[in-house]
Amino acid sequence: MSVEAAGIGVGRGRRVAGKIARYALLTVLAIVVLFPIYITIVNSLLVPSAITSQPPKFFPTNPQWSSYSSAWDAGHMGEYLKNSFIVTILITVGQVVTAVLAGYAFAFLQFPFKRTLFVVFLATLMVPFEVTIVTNVTTVNDLGLFNTYWGLAVPFLATGFGAFLMRQAFLVLPQDLRDAAALDGYGHFRFLTRVAVPLARPAVAALTVFAFLAAWNQYLWPLLVTSGDSHRTVQIGLKQLRGLSIDQVNVTFAGAVIAVIPLVILLLVFQKQLVRGLTAGAVKG
Amino acid sequence: MTAAISDDRVVSKSTRRKERGLALLFLAPSLLVFGVFVFYPLIHNAYLGFYRTPPFPGLPKTYVGLDQYKDVLTSSDFFDSLKTTVLFAVMTVPVGIALGLALAVLAHQQLRGIGIYRTFFSSTVATSVAVAAVIFGTLMNPQVGLLPWLGVNPHPPILQNPTWALPAVAVTTIWQTLGLTFILMSAGLQTVPDELLEAARVDGAGAWARFWHVTLPLLSPTIFFAVVIGTIFAFQTFGQIDLLTQGGPLNKTNVLTYFIYTELIQNSNEGKAAVLAIALFLLTLLLALAQIRFLERRVTYER
Repeated sequence: MSVEAAGIGVGRGRRVAGKIARYALLTVLAIVVLFPIYITIVNSLLVPSAITSQPPKFFPTNPQWSSYSSAWDAGHMGEYLKNSFIVTILITVGQVVTAVLAGYAFAFLQFPFKRTLFVVFLATLMVPFEVTIVTNVTTVNDLGLFNTYWGLAVPFLATGFGAFLMRQAFLVLPQDLRDAAALDGYGHFRFLTRVAVPLARPAVAALTVFAFLAAWNQYLWPLLVTSGDSHRTVQIGLKQLRGLSIDQVNVTFAGAVIAVIPLVILLLVFQKQLVRGLTAGAVKG
Repeated sequence: MTAAISDDRVVSKSTRRKERGLALLFLAPSLLVFGVFVFYPLIHNAYLGFYRTPPFPGLPKTYVGLDQYKDVLTSSDFFDSLKTTVLFAVMTVPVGIALGLALAVLAHQQLRGIGIYRTFFSSTVATSVAVAAVIFGTLMNPQVGLLPWLGVNPHPPILQNPTWALPAVAVTTIWQTLGLTFILMSAGLQTVPDELLEAARVDGAGAWARFWHVTLPLLSPTIFFAVVIGTIFAFQTFGQIDLLTQGGPLNKTNVLTYFIYTELIQNSNEGKAAVLAIALFLLTLLLALAQIRFLERRVTYER
């Protein structure tokens, strides 16, 4: 695969040219992929008349930061961010806890109908959330959870995917470990918290990042069970900003940047865990 | 799985009963959520489908048996929506995967600084559907200078244009999912042994031949997985439609999920929404079962 492996001295010029061509191609593609984000940042710093003008500006020579304060205050993005954080944390913690417990049961405990119950867990993966909204909206209303953080979170506090991921992670732990811990007088609960979870940390981390990402990006459910600004999430806030008139289009762009920043930070820190979470199940390791 | 009970360990009746109780305790939270928010709605949908929602709220629902199923599932609205849903999947999934794979192959070289390109190519995972839709939707506003300056200025404007609206939503979606597809394909490439590629190279296979005859066949499970999951996701597309076109123009972007949403929320027609939801479920089930059948033939489970 590597170009370095080619003969030393022979065709050196061609090798350098090939390398430059590779970098050029990669750079062009990177520019294409990143362009929408770049132009969004640029436009968020321009005055609306500059955004609508032709030719367009590709660099903010005189950046106007006021769009960000408009999006934050008048656009309520600050409030929406807070709501998104609360709901996302509820969902993420809930999903990890339920997945660890269920995964542990399937991996380490003996009980009747184990196989059937596992199939039930997997079957949830085949029901798209969109299919369940007709009834779920009524259920959340009946529970008195409309326009509450719990109402936003409760349908997502457990997933078949999470339980499956944790089961797989626990299954690869040596069985002797449980036997040895039992000899040391460890009950299941102590074994779970002191041995199994610490050893399955990579899977827990992957699940955490994956759950966070999915929860943060939710759109349909928050649209259905919130009204007014009090509990709306960032994604629904963007819908409001999308409705702004053309003379506030810079605020719309600023809102998009604000909505992205938390995830950019998260992903830069947890890139490895995210990759593991996203590819779990896709590739047999 | 059930055979995992070790025979050499003497398990007393009471420990076994304790284990059962513990298992129930551990599974209960998940089962409660699944019961209330997954399985009950699924069954309840089928029930709701038997009742026609009254034209005015307050009137009683009328039991119509399978009539409503027949009416909705044979209506041209449903057929058009199904067509749009499938068309959207066809527009997004193959192109998305091909692009993700191409980027993954290019980023799979041993070059100095390749890591930064990998970060760039996976960057769109940081965007949500809503962010992507707001960015693309605003850029496609004909009053914004960029696209008209590039000579892209159809009439009616892109998102109100019956020909271009769906492709525009598709482009938005492909970009938004590109990072994810890239990550998936890159992970798949990691499993292709370098020795195999090296051997092919020694045998005189060029870069294209190596890709076509070594990499691609070995990557086929990953690609298959991405196609199935991608198609299931495509069938669940909602946010882009709501933010970009609201199902229009002329229902040209009225995918099944959006159809369910408008019937449920705007028309308050629970019965019809339930029938449409069941159709979406069956469509997904079909795909998932096809995947399981395929995978069972070639995957062996550990333990």
